[in-house]
Amino acid sequence: MGDLTLSNVTKSFGATQVIKGVDLEVNDGEFCVFVGPSGCGKSTLLRMVAGLEDVTSGDVRIDGERINDLAPAKREIAMVFQSYALYPHLTVRDNMGLALKQAGTPKAEIAAATEKAAAMLDLGPLMARRPSELSGGQRQRVAIGRAIVRTPKLFLFDEPLSNLDAALRVATRIEIARLHRELGATMIYVTHDQVEAMTLADKIVVLRAGRVEQVGRPMDIYNDPDNTFVAGFIGSPQMNFLKSGLLGLRSDRLGIRPEHLEISTSAGQIEGRVSHVEKLGGETLTYVRTPDHELLTVRQFGEHDHPVEQAVWLTPDQSRAFHFDAEGQRLRA
Amino acid sequence: MSTARHSAARSIAAHGVLILYTVIALFPVFVIVVNSFKSRRAIFADPLALPTAETFDMVGYQTVLKQGDFLLYFQNSMVVTVASLFFVLLFGAMAAFALSEYRFRGNLLMGLYLALGIMIPIRLGTVAILQIMVASGLVNTLTALILVYTAQGLPLAVFILSEFMRGVSDDLKNAGRIDGLSEYTIFFRLVLPLVRPAMATVAVFTMIPIWNDLWFPLILAPSEATKTITLGSQVFIGQFVTNWNAVLAALGLAIVPVLILYLIFSRQLIRGITAGAVK
Ligand SMILES: Nc1ncnc2c1ncn2[C@@H]1O[C@H](COP(=O)(O)OP(=O)(O)OP(=O)(O)O)[C@@H](O)[C@H]1O
Ligand SMILES: [Mg+2]
Repeated sequence: MGDLTLSNVTKSFGATQVIKGVDLEVNDGEFCVFVGPSGCGKSTLLRMVAGLEDVTSGDVRIDGERINDLAPAKREIAMVFQSYALYPHLTVRDNMGLALKQAGTPKAEIAAATEKAAAMLDLGPLMARRPSELSGGQRQRVAIGRAIVRTPKLFLFDEPLSNLDAALRVATRIEIARLHRELGATMIYVTHDQVEAMTLADKIVVLRAGRVEQVGRPMDIYNDPDNTFVAGFIGSPQMNFLKSGLLGLRSDRLGIRPEHLEISTSAGQIEGRVSHVEKLGGETLTYVRTPDHELLTVRQFGEHDHPVEQAVWLTPDQSRAFHFDAEGQRLRA
Repeated sequence: MSTARHSAARSIAAHGVLILYTVIALFPVFVIVVNSFKSRRAIFADPLALPTAETFDMVGYQTVLKQGDFLLYFQNSMVVTVASLFFVLLFGAMAAFALSEYRFRGNLLMGLYLALGIMIPIRLGTVAILQIMVASGLVNTLTALILVYTAQGLPLAVFILSEFMRGVSDDLKNAGRIDGLSEYTIFFRLVLPLVRPAMATVAVFTMIPIWNDLWFPLILAPSEATKTITLGSQVFIGQFVTNWNAVLAALGLAIVPVLILYLIFSRQLIRGITAGAVK
């Protein structure tokens, strides 16, 4: 079991409030991802769940039990850090077994648990080494192994892949997804990376300045954002925001994803000039400067040629557009 | 090719400068050691000459070992230095850990207060210290010296170590907390090994003034049983006659223990044990 419930949780450092009342429900076995811009309080919220930061007000519950004042080691959680945080003086085996040893588990059981976790992560040949003798990717696998050994109710990850290079990041991401399937444990994962959020999450929590902006399944958030912040934050390249008034619409702004803008050299709704073209092989991104709506991004699949400074016309696909009011809240028809 | 030659030239120049500095720094030590093996006449005739068959004389060492209780003086100096060093490092590191790790009211003020001693020479308080020692019956004990030297060494230790401890990865300490390590284990097993180079630096800077001090041994513990080596050597420096052989021999001997301690710490200074803890 591993349900997490946050009710009206706040956190202040001195006079500055960093977490401003968060309510959240994470069900047993769910993979929950916190995303948001830098400094919005993702790590702080995670550390409050871990017990590394005191909760200023509100309740943190695991399986219905209030754990606000419980020491981190007693919360049956495990955490994986961006900087790996392996104990430099211990071997991989001892790093992984330390928590159980501290809890007074018999040696044979520790050995069995460690071997099992090592087998899941292919750490067998590394067990006798020290952290300084491992590569970055191996260190992070050991850190994940150390979390698994404890069989916690809740796994907490704070940007675990940020220090890895692109290829390793993909491999480790897939590994984490596999572990989640095999262990069926509840996981909370903090990241900057959209791809990680979209691919791993059962539930995405979008945070801004200490508040939850929207909670939902990745595709729900992508296809049905509540406000301009979420709409602009999820999805890459960013959603375009057009001034609705100029298009003869009643809303304040119109959000349209780059793939839903049609580009034409002859006719269309919005006039502009090509400012820059990025060809990525599978897709082409064209940046168009328009007098009315500033810089807009168009995404086309395949290879396309648009000479810079060419006059073009853009037409939004109205059926895929989102309407927002002056406060940035979504207007649902 | 040209970059390789260029860097070779630079490294020769750098080594040249360093060697020159080493020679200058070691020259007085060299003169002391060389002259301590010469007869009195030879010392004055040619202070820079190496001892030859006819100028070689161990009279200085003989006098030192006969006179007074040099072995005891040595022992006193060692006890005082090692004990003070131990307390300075232990309490300094603990205070530094508390200051750098925990958020509490008055943290900054406490840090300033503890570092203030760097700027105020402890000798200004000699009279008060002597009164305290008399009142507590600690005059003429090594304990008095150890207490004073611990107080003297702490400010710099706290200052340097808290700076270094701020640099130790928070994630590492937090991982320890989640794994159920106590704050003491985190301090002794995780943090201290990572700041070992800083500890060694503090140890060297703390140790040398203590070993060389003449002031407090003279005031607080001048008795025969508690004399330190620097105080003990003073018997050879008279107002009218100075037994240079003995002074030089005593100084030569006094270098040895501090050199050994330095070698122990400097190995720590160099050893890069922090690699691999965090990226
Ligand atoms: N110990 C602290 N004292 C004061 N303010 C803090 C402290 N820790 C964090 N903050 C503030 O809390 C806010 C949230 O920090 P947090 O580390 O949770 O951000 P984050 O969302 O994890 O950002 P990032 O994506 O850059 O890691 C920041 O504005 C930060 O300045
Ligand atoms: Mg963070």
